[in-house]
Amino acid sequence: MKFGVIVFPGSNCDHDAWYAITRNLGQQAEMIWHDSATLGDVDAVILPGGFSYGDYLRCGAIAKFSPVMKAVKEFAAAGGLVAGICNGFQILVESGLLPGALIRNRNLRFICRTVDLEVETTNSPFTCNATQGQILRIPIAHGEGCYVADERTLDELEAEDRVLFRYVDNPNGSLRNIAGILNRGRNVMGMMPHPERASDPLMGSTDGLVILQSMVSAHALSFP
Amino acid sequence: MSAITPEMVAAHQLTEAEYQKIVAILGREPTYTELGIFGVMWSEHCSYKSSRLHLKKLPTRSKVVVQGPGENAGIVDIGDGYAIAFKIESHNHPSFIEPFQGAATGVGGILRDIFTMGARPIAVMDALRFGPLDDPETGSRNRRILTGVVAGIAHYGNCFGVPTVGGETQFEASYSGNPLVNVFALGVFKKSDIFYARAAGVGNPVIYVGAKTGKDGIHGASMASAEFTEESKQKRPNVQVGDPFMEKLLLEACLEAMRTGAIVGIQDMGAAGLTCSTCEMGSRGNVGIEIDLQYVPQREAGMTPYEIMLSESQERMLLVAEKGREEEVFAVFRKWGLDAATIGVVTNDGMLRVKDHGRVVAEIPNRALADDAPIYDRPYTKPFRKAPMEPPPGFYVPRDYNDCLKTILASGDVCSKRWIWEQYDYQVRTNTLEGPGGDAAIVRIKETGKSVAMALDGNGRYCHLDPREGAKLLVAECCRNLSTVGALPVAATNNLNFGNPERPEIMAQLVETIEGMAEACAFFETPITGGNVSLYNETLGEPIYPTPVLGIVGVLETRTPVGIHFRNDARVVLLLGGLGSSDPVRMGGTQFAKAVVQAEWGLPPALDMEYEKRVQAAVREIVREGLVESAHDLSDGGLAVALAECSFGEAGVGAFVNLESALDPATLLFHEGPSRVLLSTAEPERVEAVARRHGVEALRIGVTAAGRFRISNHGADLVNLDLPELKQVWENGLENLLHA
Repeated sequence: MKFGVIVFPGSNCDHDAWYAITRNLGQQAEMIWHDSATLGDVDAVILPGGFSYGDYLRCGAIAKFSPVMKAVKEFAAAGGLVAGICNGFQILVESGLLPGALIRNRNLRFICRTVDLEVETTNSPFTCNATQGQILRIPIAHGEGCYVADERTLDELEAEDRVLFRYVDNPNGSLRNIAGILNRGRNVMGMMPHPERASDPLMGSTDGLVILQSMVSAHALSFP
Repeated sequence: MSAITPEMVAAHQLTEAEYQKIVAILGREPTYTELGIFGVMWSEHCSYKSSRLHLKKLPTRSKVVVQGPGENAGIVDIGDGYAIAFKIESHNHPSFIEPFQGAATGVGGILRDIFTMGARPIAVMDALRFGPLDDPETGSRNRRILTGVVAGIAHYGNCFGVPTVGGETQFEASYSGNPLVNVFALGVFKKSDIFYARAAGVGNPVIYVGAKTGKDGIHGASMASAEFTEESKQKRPNVQVGDPFMEKLLLEACLEAMRTGAIVGIQDMGAAGLTCSTCEMGSRGNVGIEIDLQYVPQREAGMTPYEIMLSESQERMLLVAEKGREEEVFAVFRKWGLDAATIGVVTNDGMLRVKDHGRVVAEIPNRALADDAPIYDRPYTKPFRKAPMEPPPGFYVPRDYNDCLKTILASGDVCSKRWIWEQYDYQVRTNTLEGPGGDAAIVRIKETGKSVAMALDGNGRYCHLDPREGAKLLVAECCRNLSTVGALPVAATNNLNFGNPERPEIMAQLVETIEGMAEACAFFETPITGGNVSLYNETLGEPIYPTPVLGIVGVLETRTPVGIHFRNDARVVLLLGGLGSSDPVRMGGTQFAKAVVQAEWGLPPALDMEYEKRVQAAVREIVREGLVESAHDLSDGGLAVALAECSFGEAGVGAFVNLESALDPATLLFHEGPSRVLLSTAEPERVEAVARRHGVEALRIGVTAAGRFRISNHGADLVNLDLPELKQVWENGLENLLHA
């Protein structure tokens, strides 16, 4: 399986994602520059963490105008797997591919910490290899990771089983402890924690690998 | 052109004698622009004119040192065709005036020093010193400076995408008006990909890349070379504003441009901006450089040549490319959306010639500017110290040692710094095997199967009591930090923070510190490959403690680190190096003296360098052989504090320790004698065998015990506490002080 890792100016977890996919997961990965109008022959897209365009305006607010985002939207509309991690989640929210918004952490400070996530649903191409209620130890590293949305949207996310992960001990004030969500088509996901940082035994946890492995399994099922 | 007046000379912090030297070099009166150029290049910050004579005493070479002092950073060979570049720099003065931007641009500056050599930065550490957070008079300002500095470092490092993997934070009253912000950065590259800041090839184009030049930071270097007065607070516009996103683009563009093979030499524009980069590149390459300021990308119209030459706008680089291959370089910078412009040419006459629309505004021999700055042999007497030799009567009072331990664990120097380091992304790039909170940070090099360990240490208190011994203790401690994680220390970088060198007793502190450091660095085989000297750290005549900060790097095989925390119940706790000893005079610089007795006196702990070296060799072997489950060296707070820190892991495993010692309880628990490491192991015999072979004591002092924390001597309890409660005291220390 071939992953495309989108590189915006200011992306800084692009190489980490590439390393996790190629070395820890054993799949292929290709870097895709932000001004590319096409995604080539990739099977899934990762929007990595970082500070796209410096994030001086609002996280992800400029990245959504990048030429590559048009291609990502078309890819998602056609059912392609898209995973936004950290800044990637912020970009997906700004682009309207996922609902809600990410605002400054409750304590108004950047937080880098390994946290416990609870898997809320396994009915997704990103968690199909996990078990319901499984606890994953995965690091967060963000200043604007507090997930917010209006009550109706939150109810809808829950009713439609679109909450992927919740924080066990909420670090940033996210409403209903939400750490990751799905779109309605269940092929686009965003999460603030960094699974690529929990993919190598040397980094202290390999709990993030189950997310990448799920994507490989899901892809194998849809293209047997 | 207006004539130069004595007032103008004084305003550039040049003495009359220095001015006469300038006139002699030029053979005429300087222009105003030239005066400004000499003013910054001959400032203490850029020229090291007070310290240079003594810095020569430091060892700088070894088999693995590829580049010593004199370049943007030191370089060390780590084998397998790879090398690391690293250096430490201070941003003390700007961080006092504007904490957030001052600290942020400190990070930016040192990162550029690393990637200008072709290395990709993979780690940052910070050594921070502030005034006490709970001082009734200065506390609120100290808290504001700390929160601003930490947020500034986080802002720049996190956005740039380099992990901040460790550091240290200490508090003393002498830093109230003069905080210290020393930033260390380390990068990695192939040995074949090293770039130097040398101009070469007459006729080659001189190219400016990165951010546009504005009026910010003019005179930053001179500001950093003067004491603070009430007026200094008016100098906020002298502090630059950082743009980490721009720097990230600059990094990627520079590394990509270097790969074209069209770049001959490259240097970042740091202190003294365009002035420093042009004359230093010319001087190193034995060539001249001619530039025309009309081609310099500018942020605002109407800047004078003086302002353009002295601006310290951030995120700029100067490079020399091969003639005819400019377009290859420009194409890379265009891709990254950055300005790049040819602003001049390499010449054969050794001059720095600056033109403005064709009219010459400055013409100075490069070498005179960069290398012929005055060198002063400043007079020195006995080191300045304010402390008595004998302990106060209060030292001998019997105490409740449970309370003593809690007081020390809650104090600013010793408490958990989690509040600080959680604001730093210490994991980005997924190489951080050991992050903040360990004895040394460990960052793996993915390409080679090796890892680099690094530690930062400083101790103004020891150095105040005895600069020479304090400096030696510092080198020993830093090397011990690395050895405790299994790494062999190989090279060092130093940041020397002192007061006004024109005062003979301050100069004496500097001289003795350098000599002590030189002796210890030679002994431990950790040559100094570069660094920084920050003088005039005084506010209204109050000098800071003499504060050398040392960053040492070591190399080890990539593997899961041992860590400092006890992991399992019922393991043997060993004290490698033994209980050591002390006396009332040598207790005067300890954390016990500071936090409990609230006084300072006497001398720093005694160091036996031969024994220290054996302890370090032993612990390296023990850790590498995998004989222990935890290893943590003793430092601030002595045995009791180190035992507590070992017990604060996620496993919740403490210890039950029973000692047999004739020392009085306070000394036994809290003396800071060096050369000691705490180990926990399931194989004590094997550990003891290694220790014996190295001629080092390995004392069985107790066993690990879940949830317990108990230390007794001859069977009588000295400390007996509930572990979770003790951990809370330590965890909440900093936040309690911040909300004081």
